[in-house]
Order: sequence, then structure tokens, then C-alpha cells
Amino acid sequence: MLVLALDTATPASMAALVEVTADGLFGVAESRTVDPRAHGEKLAPEIAAVLAEAGYRPRDLTAIVAGLGPGPFTGLRVGLATAASMGQALGIPAYGVCSLDALGRAAGPGRVLIATDARRREVYFATYADGARVIGPEVAKPADVAVLLAAAAGDPAAPGKTAATGAGAGGLAGQTAGNGAGTGWLAGTVDRAAGEGALKYGDVFGVPVEEHLLYPPGAALVALAAEKIRGAAPGEQLTPLYLRRPDAVEPSARKPVLT
Amino acid sequence: MRDEPLVLGIETSCDETGVGIVRGHTLLADALASSVEQHARFGGVVPEVASRAHLEALVPTMQRALDTAGVTLADVDAIAVTSGPGLAGALLVGVAAAKGYALAAEKPIYGVNHLAAHVAVDTLEHGPLPEPAIAMLVSGGHSSLLLVDDLTAGVTPLGATIDDAAGEAFDKVARLIGLGFPGGPVIDRTAREGDRASIAFPRGLTAPKDLAAHRFDFSFSGLKTAVARWVESRERAGEPVPVADVSASFQEAVCDVLTAKAIDACRANGVRTLVIGGGVAANSRLRVLAEERAAKHGIAVRVPRPALCTDNGAMVAALGSHLVAAGVAPSRLDLPADSSMSLTEVSVAG
Ligand SMILES: [Zn+2]
Repeated sequence: MLVLALDTATPASMAALVEVTADGLFGVAESRTVDPRAHGEKLAPEIAAVLAEAGYRPRDLTAIVAGLGPGPFTGLRVGLATAASMGQALGIPAYGVCSLDALGRAAGPGRVLIATDARRREVYFATYADGARVIGPEVAKPADVAVLLAAAAGDPAAPGKTAATGAGAGGLAGQTAGNGAGTGWLAGTVDRAAGEGALKYGDVFGVPVEEHLLYPPGAALVALAAEKIRGAAPGEQLTPLYLRRPDAVEPSARKPVLT
Repeated sequence: MRDEPLVLGIETSCDETGVGIVRGHTLLADALASSVEQHARFGGVVPEVASRAHLEALVPTMQRALDTAGVTLADVDAIAVTSGPGLAGALLVGVAAAKGYALAAEKPIYGVNHLAAHVAVDTLEHGPLPEPAIAMLVSGGHSSLLLVDDLTAGVTPLGATIDDAAGEAFDKVARLIGLGFPGGPVIDRTAREGDRASIAFPRGLTAPKDLAAHRFDFSFSGLKTAVARWVESRERAGEPVPVADVSASFQEAVCDVLTAKAIDACRANGVRTLVIGGGVAANSRLRVLAEERAAKHGIAVRVPRPALCTDNGAMVAALGSHLVAAGVAPSRLDLPADSSMSLTEVSVAG
């Protein structure tokens, strides 16, 4: 079964073809462009390119798997709108999976933090134990991620829930410095981190970052939906994992114009 | 008639998710989903709210359009989509979906100009447009006067608003006098009970010195402020605000300027056809005044029915159909969503 995987939850727009068999799956082709402002322009040509490269046509597809984010909304919607419309046009199911889960799965065994850039100096994050999600997905300031994880791990020496709710990066930076060079607050809760957000805020997290694993891989997205694909489960409405409400302010009382 | 192109159009530039299907100049389906109610308490369209609604609405709206027309995507000859101008995030949802449909069904795609589509939709109702024509597009997002030489190749902007759009002025004034959002329809209704000559509100950019530099431009910001001042001084004096008279007088000021400049544009260019489009074209006073003034100069006024004046997918399909019939090359799969797309670009070059 030929499956198209799409993800636009990070600065990368990614299209991949993955062959799903009864007992495994293998990558056929993958194309990725890293440009946070170009998902709308890059994704469709990438889909066309992976199909052409592998010698397939759209009608050869059995299913589509799309990363639901979390991720910056405008780019994220490009992948989901594309996946939903292709699924509808082809009469094949589209499935959504958490984009962070794809990174968590690809990171393999051990305790791993996955973090992607949420802009506004925040990250989308989740933690994984042997590929299975433990905490998240959530959005927070990088410094507060360390605090939240330490608290969740029940560390009595953690800087405390107060820091997580209010103090923010400044407060934590001081705590981290006082805790000894090279020992981030994540130490003890996760062994390593992956995702472009982990790389960007590596100094805050203070655990080793897997620099080869920055964006959700196509094969991992498909693996997360493999059961549904094999079982020909009905397609799903692709709703983004927004995690943030729209910025919208109700108008205040009208300002006088007479002086 | 089977030789005429079957074209599907997708519109998501503001708060309406539209999918229209036309064969030649015949409208087969015009499915619409609107997020207008979600914006009401904010007093205007919230871009992120609109974008979320587009993503949710697109697939079901497409299905309704296909079912109504009794066709499948495989039957379609081309897919057209609004590339701009409009809200960047909202446009992008429609453009991405259109690419998905075009890619999956292996059909050509046309990224088209929203304003040119507002002009093209009139051909669904009134047949081929005599060219050249003058088009006046008035809505919450635009107020433009255009010279239409050839709908598939070139539209020349003559003028536009220099501040608020006409529909925006309706929204702001409606809020000011407590009539709610959107303001256009409710002011139109309320104005029927009022006296349009009761209050002399200003006509922006109509003084001789303004006409020299802004003959075909509009300004509605000063009008909005004048209404606010007038209402406020009544309130301060402890007098009731005559909402119907304010509505009627405000509406008259807007329609007076719009129609005067539109007729002037026709006469200055020797054009005998005026097309009016956009949500404000549904205003009853605007239609009457335009007809009255045009008749004096032998100018024919064409206004599509209200459902085709507001943003919809049919207008995009109508323009797409013109482009296919004229043999214009389709756009490429990397076509952008262009929030400030220029009117000189009717479709994104392939
Ligand atoms: Zn419009």
C-alpha cells in the first residue's frame, strides 16, 4: 500500500512516499524544504516531485497521513488542507497524527524531550519513553519546560511550581546557573532531546540534542497510523493541534471623538 | 454546450468559504460557508478565526458544490482559486486545498485575482461583459474603481479608498449607533425609516482641490468621524439619537460619493457600462442612485444579485472559465497566496 505522508508543523515542509506491507514499512521517496515562510509554495511541488521520482501517479495512493502539529498555525494548515483535499479528490482516507509523536518515535529508545519552535520565544514540546508519549503536547517557554518536567518527575529540589507559573526564563536562568555548570534542569527527567526547538534552545535544556532529528520524518508519521492503514479505517477530520487560542480582542467601549 | 469548460472555483480571501462550479457562463453550484457569526463580537473579521473556519469548512463545502452540480472532480476541466488580495492566512488555506485538488485530480490550476473575479461573476447573470467597462467594487475589504479592457488580460485601477473601505465604514457606523455587525444590511434596513436629507454628513474627496489629486479615490474615515461627533454631541446634550436618520444620512453620503465617482469614471473613459460588485453592491440605495445617475448619461448599470455580489466561489469559477476559454496558460503548483496581489495581475502567470 502506497501512503503519502505530509508535515508542515515545523519550518520544514515535507512530503514522503512510504510503502506499507502486512508486516513492515519502507520509505520510497522523501522531499523536504526548510523555509518557515514557504510551505504554501513548496509543499505541492514536493508532492508532485516524490510521486514523479518514484514513478507513481496520485491515483496509486492508498492513504494519506498528515502531521497535525502542534506548529505555527499558518504553515500547519497548508499541510492539512492539502492532505484533506487530496484525500477527498482521490476518495482515500486521510489520517492525522501528532507531529511531535513522529519525532518521538523516530528518536527511539530512552527518555527523550521533543521540542519544536512555537515562535514568541516558546516551544511546543512533549516527552517520550521508548517512543511512547509521556507528557504533552504543550506549549511553554523553554525555561518553563525544564521546570514542568522536573515537577512532573517529583523532584523535591525542583525550583518549584511557582517558577513554572510565573517567574519564566529570567528566574530559571538564575536557578540553572546556581545548579552547577553543564547540569540543566532536564537532567534526571530526560536523557536527550530532539526537534529544531531543542536545538534552538539547547543551552536552556542542557541535555544532548540529536541534531540529525530536527523535523518529523515521513516514515515515522506513517508508522503511527500503520494499524489504521492496514485495517482500512475510515478517514479522519484533520484538526490541527492548535494549543493556543486565536489572538482576538473584543472591542472596548468607544473612545470619545469630541474634546 | 458540452464544449464549454467546466471550471471549479475556490474562494477563501476573507470570512466566506466558497466553492462554485460553472460551465461556460452557466452557474451550476455555489456552495458557501461563512464564519461571520464568529467575528460578530469582535466587531470585524479576526484573521486567525477566519483561517480556522476555512480549514474546517473546505471539504464539506466542496462536497456540497459537487453534489449540487452533479459532477465529480474528474469531470472538471480546471480549478481556479483566489490567490489574492485578501487575508494572508485565509488565502493560504484555499490555495493549499486547490493545489491538493488539482494535484490529486491531475487538473490545471489558476491562481486568480479576487477583484477581477468580482467583475467576472456578473457574466453569470448578464452574459458577456461589453469591454471596456468600468467596475466599482465596494465591500468590507475593498473600494475600487477599475477600467476593464479585457477581463482575462488587463484591468486598470483608476482609484481606490485611501483609508477605510466602504463596507468597513458601514460596520463602524453600525457599531457606533448600536446596530451590530455586519453593518451593511442593518443600516440599509434602518435607513428606510429615516430621512436621508436630515443630516449633512461630509462627502470625502469631492472638494475641487481633492479632485485634482484624487478624482477616482475614496475616503470614508472622515465621514465615520463626523458621524461619531454628531452622535456624541447629541448624547452629551442628553438628546435621543435618531438612529434611522443617522443611518439614512450616512448611507446617502457613502452612496452619493460612490455613484458620482463611478459615473465620472465612465464619462472620463467614454465607457457606457458600469458593473458594481462586492458586498456593498447589495445596498438598495446604492443601486437606485447608480441607476438614476447612469440613466442621465446613457450608461447601463449591471449589478449581480446580492448572493453573487458578496464573496463566493462562483465568481472565482466564472473568472477561471474566462481564462480557460481565452487560452490563458494555467499557474504552476508553486503559485503563492499573495495578500497584496496587484490588479494588473488577473491570474498568476504559469
Ligand atoms: Zn470581495
